[in-house]
Formats: sequence, structure tokens, C-alpha cells
Amino acid sequence: MFITRKVEFSASHVCARPDLTPEQNQALYGDASRPHGHGHNYVLEVTLEGEPDPVTGMVMDLKELKEILNREVVDPMDHRFLNLEVPPFDRVVPTTENLAIEIFRRLEPKIKSRAARLHAVRLYETEDLYVDYFGEKI
Amino acid sequence: MIRVTRRYNFSASHRLHSPRLTERQNREIYGKCNNPHGHGHNYVLEVSVRGPVDPFSGLAVDVAALDRLVQTQILSHFHLRDMNRDVPEFEGLVPTSENLALVVKERLQRAWAQEFRGEWPVLEKVRIQETPRNIFEVFVPVESRTVQDQTAGREFVSKS
Repeated sequence: MFITRKVEFSASHVCARPDLTPEQNQALYGDASRPHGHGHNYVLEVTLEGEPDPVTGMVMDLKELKEILNREVVDPMDHRFLNLEVPPFDRVVPTTENLAIEIFRRLEPKIKSRAARLHAVRLYETEDLYVDYFGEKI
Repeated sequence: MIRVTRRYNFSASHRLHSPRLTERQNREIYGKCNNPHGHGHNYVLEVSVRGPVDPFSGLAVDVAALDRLVQTQILSHFHLRDMNRDVPEFEGLVPTSENLALVVKERLQRAWAQEFRGEWPVLEKVRIQETPRNIFEVFVPVESRTVQDQTAGREFVSKS
């Protein structure tokens, strides 16, 4: 059984590599490479896989999941400039792809200690662009 | 491996009517959608692609290239058009959203190599929302995702 919880956070970022010229970064990332950054209202959907506990009837206590999401994602990322304030984005370009992978890596060990397993994260950068990451499995 | 999905909008009209059915059968099967003068929808198209994240750029797909492909192959032919009369595939094919999803998938596959020349990314899914209550999804089978790369530039024949 899959269960999904949604949270939102707002953050700014710049998509640019320091070893490229501004022109090269513009060619690669478009206007997302503008040096002062820009922001998004990110929407994160986290999907767990597991079986309902025979006593509680729950795959995972959603209050506990909410606390993990707040601690690992929302508190460190909401209203932050990702490149400057959220490692590893001081050295990794915070594309939507890389941000989804980082969120998965932060959440997976915290959820693994429970009965449930992290199946996927879906990260909306805007309503019109989102990524799904399922971990290292293909 | 990651999946990136991009959402697009277009508005088009259609009429559901099969020449293989009688007038009465058409009315019975398609109901209001058989109205002789047609009717329209604000379609929402989602295109999902899959690929590895490039370690240099941090990107799995060049979204600007995907936008160009969808614009030239789909939106410029479908937006503010009557699909029965303006889209050649629907001569002899009823423009249900099932068929629309298949036509969109085949158009994107056929032109894929114009924008994406490498092994990745590959087209994974086309999703058509006809109205918020009616949604149609078609997946590209895994085995044909590699065939697609080997046959780049040739007519793509998968019907699945």
C-alpha cells in the first residue's frame, strides 16, 4: 500500500556552475542562471510503501511523518536561499532534479527505521514542471 | 534515473462520430459528444521523460528542447484547431482522448531525435486531461524505448 503526504516550502536558488562563464551558464540553464537568484513555491509529495500495522491500522503515523518532513526539509529549506544556506547546494547545482535527490537522501534513512519504506518523492518546482525520484533503483 | 514531467495546455474542438456506425448508433454511443457541430475542451497535456541526471549540469532533460518539440509537433497543430478537420491523423480515426493520447505519443516519438540525439532522455508517458474528471494515460513500453533510439529518424510503428 502507498500513502502520500504533501508539504510546501518556498526557496530561492541560482542554477549556474562557477566554472562556466555567464554566457555558458545562460546557454545551459537559461534565465535560471541569473546571478541574484529567483524563487519558487515548491510542492513536495512523499510516497511511502508499507502494510498497515495490525494493531494501529496505519502504515506510518502521519504525525511522525509530518515531523520528519518538517525537520529534514521544511525547516532547513523554507524561506532560504538554497545555494548559500542549504548544503550540499553550495557545491551542487540546485536543479529540481538534484533537489529531489537530496530530499530523498535526507528522508530515506529517517523513514527506514519505521515499518514503512520511502517509495518516491515528487517535487513540483512550478505547477507545470515536476520530477519523480525513486531512489537508486531504476 | 529520474522522471521529469512538463505540463502544457491547449484548447481544441472535436466531434466523436464513427463512419462505421449508423447515425443512431453514433448518438447512442457518443451521446452529447456526437453533436454534429462539435464541441471543445481545454486539454491539459503532461509529457513525462526519463533519464539519468547529468553529473555536470544536474539536469536530466533540456526542458527548453522538450518545449520546442511539444510546440512544433503538438501545440502548433492542435491549439485552437478542430481536430477532426485540422489534424490529419483524425481523418478516419475518432478523436477520442484515448486516440488523442496515442497520436500525441506517436508524434513525439517520431520527432524525438530532432531534439534528443543521445541515448537519454526517453519518452515515458503521455497524459491527457480532457476535463478535470476525465484523464487518459499512455506509457511507452520499456522495450520500445531503446528501439526508438536505434530507429531515430525512421517511422515509428509501436501502437501500444
